[in-house]
Amino acid sequence: MLTKRIIPCLDVMNGRTVKGVNFVQLRDAGDPVELGSIYAQEGADELVYLDITATVEKRKTLVDLVTRVAKTVNIPFTVGGGISNVDDVKALLNAGADKISINSAAVKNPKAVDEMAREFGSQCIVVAIDTKNIDGIDFVHTHGGRKPTVLQTREWAKEVTDRGAGEILLTSMDHDGVKNGFANEITADLSSLLAIPIIASGGAGKMEHFKEVFTAGKADAALAASIFHFKEISIPELKRYLENEGLSIRK
Amino acid sequence: MDVAVIKYNAGNVQSVLYAMERLGANAILTDDWETIKKSDKVIFPGQGEASTAMKYLKERKLDQLISSLDQPFFGICLGLQLLCEHSEEYDTTCLGVFPIRVKKFPPNEKVPHIGWNNLQQLKSPLLEGLTDSSYVYYVHSYYAEVDPRYTIATTHYMHDFSALLHKDNYYAMQAHPEKSSEVGETILTNFLNL
Repeated sequence: MLTKRIIPCLDVMNGRTVKGVNFVQLRDAGDPVELGSIYAQEGADELVYLDITATVEKRKTLVDLVTRVAKTVNIPFTVGGGISNVDDVKALLNAGADKISINSAAVKNPKAVDEMAREFGSQCIVVAIDTKNIDGIDFVHTHGGRKPTVLQTREWAKEVTDRGAGEILLTSMDHDGVKNGFANEITADLSSLLAIPIIASGGAGKMEHFKEVFTAGKADAALAASIFHFKEISIPELKRYLENEGLSIRK
Repeated sequence: MDVAVIKYNAGNVQSVLYAMERLGANAILTDDWETIKKSDKVIFPGQGEASTAMKYLKERKLDQLISSLDQPFFGICLGLQLLCEHSEEYDTTCLGVFPIRVKKFPPNEKVPHIGWNNLQQLKSPLLEGLTDSSYVYYVHSYYAEVDPRYTIATTHYMHDFSALLHKDNYYAMQAHPEKSSEVGETILTNFLNL
């Protein structure tokens, strides 16, 4: 039986893992490859590396990181952060990434999704969508959730799916960092609306939240960062809990 | 141990090379006939689209080479599908090592089938050490039908399909052993020990 996936997300800056709350008070959290290996050994189903470096050298350091991760880690991993065109994707996939994730670049140039899917296959193209509710309507935001767009989240998710996205990584900016649970309602809407897997992100604070997002939220996978980094919840403990709650989980 | 990893126009081969390196095998990516023929083991990996891959293999006569090898041979993901007789993906005639048809998953559930799913009805030395609670990582939209003569493990998604196939020196796996944690490493180690 296909299992629900637990995905730790590692933020990377200049080749090092950083952790902080909502991108402030960042501190060094060690080597991303070592940390990824530890998560893999603990039973993480996939990893996401999100590069938040903002320099011109970015792509080179990211390719170096992907190479090191691919050599060491024996589970699938996605890499995202500033990817904008087919050449970026090619460099990262050739270095050993399993999937790439694009966010703002897709909003800016939706055709990039078609081009990437046609060139490399939908299975490796994850479209990340940051969503925020404004007066009762869910709008797509870019630039780490700071910049609102005129795109409505459900319509945009449908559009990128039609353009060839293989998975949607949906982050609710209303829930992110608050630890009050995932955005179950919109996650469930997207999961029912679309024929591709939905990875829910933003809001994990306790183990029950994962159960809720997999049941009420109909998510295929759940992503979290700080609760794993700060060891508030361990992956083996979370997986045991979810299995006891009757969910299909990889042991 | 020399392992030839067949080089063609398919993606995601780097991970297979790294997995071999982690297991201590000397793997090289090559499309050279002599190198492939002389190697101890051959791996045929890949992710991509069947008709484009077949066209590429035929242009370089790698289709004839693949069908004529006699050392242990392991097709992975698209590699499994190409070893079958026919794929519904652009109505493609494949290599025909296994007289099995490759079909597209119906849209009853999410397609592609992405994520970890378990192996069932295991029967092969290649799967020694594994059980029906061993999970492997899948990413695919097409699957090989079950044929009791060649299917050595099944996985269930909407219905049973061939998770692994075996005939003579040819083995094949739909999931990605190079991305399947310890379970994948067990399968690759068993293959190297054949």
